[in-house]
Amino acid sequence: MKVKDIMNSLNLKILAGENGLDKDARGVYCCDLLSWVMSHAKSQNVWITVQIHTNIVAIASLLELSCIIIPESIEVEENTLEKANEENIPILQSDLTSYQLCVKLNQLGIDE
Amino acid sequence: MQELLSIKYDVESGDFIRGGEASSSIKKLLQQLGIKADIIKRICVACYEAEMNIVIHSLGGYIEAKIFNNKIEIVAKDKGPGIENIDLAMKEGYSTAPEYAREMGFGGGMGLPNMKKSCDEFYIESKIGEYTEVRMVVYF
Ligand SMILES: Nc1ncnc2c1ncn2[C@@H]1O[C@H](COP(=O)(O)OP(=O)(O)O)[C@@H](O)[C@H]1O
Ligand SMILES: [Mg+2]
Repeated sequence: MKVKDIMNSLNLKILAGENGLDKDARGVYCCDLLSWVMSHAKSQNVWITVQIHTNIVAIASLLELSCIIIPESIEVEENTLEKANEENIPILQSDLTSYQLCVKLNQLGIDE
Repeated sequence: MQELLSIKYDVESGDFIRGGEASSSIKKLLQQLGIKADIIKRICVACYEAEMNIVIHSLGGYIEAKIFNNKIEIVAKDKGPGIENIDLAMKEGYSTAPEYAREMGFGGGMGLPNMKKSCDEFYIESKIGEYTEVRMVVYF
């Protein structure tokens, strides 16, 4: 499934990184502790996090994650969005909680 | 063993915006050299953790990558407070990261253990009030 399919199905708002919407997404990783993400997330994962600073883009890019979803309508820092545009990492925003997002992603047929 | 190339990046204390750029440049270089993706990933994990430790815990330093035909050697060295008890610092979950860094999701105390796990060789040396130096080797 592509990132843009997830965006459309879950009604996510794209904040940055539009050029990365055609990436393939596989699996979901949901965590806000960055070292944990760094060592456990897998490439192409959808990453759900409440962190909004620029370093989340560095991590997503290093690990080749497919996109970042920010729950609960949290506003994302402007320089994070700029970096996401440079690195083509889609940052998608939702009013759902992390848990609700996981449930919906699961219903879409995205496995762990 | 022949050294193919060597590259050095300055890492500034407290610079969370650029923090990660050295690791990202090293990653791109390794991709250009055609190194396998799983090896690159291990190097990225280790290098990023070392880089962010310089940003968070030190007064600034550098990351130097030396690439040979069969391995990469990464040195992360800084000026700073140093580490008093290295055995303790190597324990999973041990962290002295300040509150603001924890709120940003750093300070899990997993950085040094993850570096050690990701590398084939891992060395750390420190002098209180002077420096910390981490040296890591990954074979291709
Ligand atoms: N470059 C460094 N300079 C000074 N202290 C460091 C450095 N790197 C690590 N430390 C010390 O070791 C601890 C553990 O490091 P690490 O495992 O990376 O966890 P974290 O960075 O999440 O605190 C740090 O909290 C800090 O006390
Ligand atoms: Mg650390």
